[in-house]
Amino acid sequence: MIAIVDYRAGNLTSVKRALEHLGHRECEITDSAAKIRAADRVILPGVGAAGATMENLRALGLAEVLKRDVAMAGKPFLGICIGIQVLFDRSEEDCAACLGIIAGEVRRYPSSIDGRPLKVPQIGWNRVRQVRPHPIFAGVPDGAHFYFVNSYYPVPADSSAIIAESDYGVPFTAAIARKNVIATQFHLEKSGAAGLKLLDNFCRLAC
Amino acid sequence: MLAKRIIPCLDVRAGKVTKGIRFLENVDVGDPVAMARYYYEQGADELVFYDITASNERRGIMLEVVDAVAREIFIPFSVGGGLRSLEDMRAVLLAGAEKVSIDSGAVRNPAIISEGARAFGSQCIVLSMQVKWTGVRPELPSGYEVVIDGGRVFTGRDAVEWAHEGERLGAGELVINSIDRDGTKSGYDLEITRRISESVSIPVVASGGAGSPDHLRDAFTRGAADAAIVASIVHYGEYPIPELKRYLRAAGVEVRDAITLETAAK
Repeated sequence: MIAIVDYRAGNLTSVKRALEHLGHRECEITDSAAKIRAADRVILPGVGAAGATMENLRALGLAEVLKRDVAMAGKPFLGICIGIQVLFDRSEEDCAACLGIIAGEVRRYPSSIDGRPLKVPQIGWNRVRQVRPHPIFAGVPDGAHFYFVNSYYPVPADSSAIIAESDYGVPFTAAIARKNVIATQFHLEKSGAAGLKLLDNFCRLAC
Repeated sequence: MLAKRIIPCLDVRAGKVTKGIRFLENVDVGDPVAMARYYYEQGADELVFYDITASNERRGIMLEVVDAVAREIFIPFSVGGGLRSLEDMRAVLLAGAEKVSIDSGAVRNPAIISEGARAFGSQCIVLSMQVKWTGVRPELPSGYEVVIDGGRVFTGRDAVEWAHEGERLGAGELVINSIDRDGTKSGYDLEITRRISESVSIPVVASGGAGSPDHLRDAFTRGAADAAIVASIVHYGEYPIPELKRYLRAAGVEVRDAITLETAAK
């Protein structure tokens, strides 16, 4: 079973719809620690702010579960959008202390570059460079576009965790992988065929 | 760098797609789910649905359409038309839309923008405005006036001022629809699109008037738009989306390459 973590944010159903479309029907949106512990794979999707997301995860008792029983237990884990950002130690958004599963922090995109204003949030399709081979990108052309909606971006302390990058005013980390923990800054459930392929690849990674 | 987005617009009346020419003489052009799937496969970057006969008793039909579309297409899409309350917005988002588009309802009750942004996040809230050139005067410094209710009611509000107000209240994107150009195929109103796009820090979507590929190029270059809504130009098969993208790419505009990939399961 694939557990989609319900932490009272938006966009949970679109991940479920995408999984079902791909034929992965054994998936459930849940806030149950027991179900998340029992799941074969866990997805932390979402749209939201870092502070509220962390508050909800803690209030639901899921912050520790995700860290200890999922990330450290070797269970395949996929974070999407806010789901990548809360993996780090801290975020500039709401000055939130996050899960600390991946060392590093999350920063806001600059509001201008060389005196030219930069629209924040980044909303739209951006090219993603695959900087390190990873099975999550199997069959997806390097440089394919993915759909982003973010005001903040992750900065891993150890660059070996970075598997893909993109540019928005500054070069930024678009996807990371560290053993069983994989996460993308883009919405793969809204990124057309390329995004569905990543989601399908995640569901097929060896447990 | 972000790709410029091409957004087909589907006007939906009682569960069927229509395209209004200056909001009159609607012609049925098809089933919304089939059209959505078609544009998705063609490489549309996003879709927008306007429920043009929005009323409470018909809301259910639109929600069924949204749910069916969300099961088949995996790009963002927004839904607008007659959304007046947080509950209206929530229903559409839960049915699977990525964003809600608010228009006349926001002019009547601007607080809906900030309430929506607080409840669902700014990225969900698209402020769409119908604008018409009515001439510069002291209370209308840009000369562009916001009109509502399908172009029938003049509000006396300046379009640029309303765009700034919308951004301040928490809108995540702005759609600037020119009533003068809508359905004319004479090109987007580049003047108002550029004026707004260069004075806000959220994405601006040009709308109304696309008739040929160079109109899209102009919207993205001279109009400084981040995205452009297309309707008749694609609905009648005149310029398929791949052809529009080829033209734009050759003109030096960054667009998304739509790709087709096999996924093992179905």
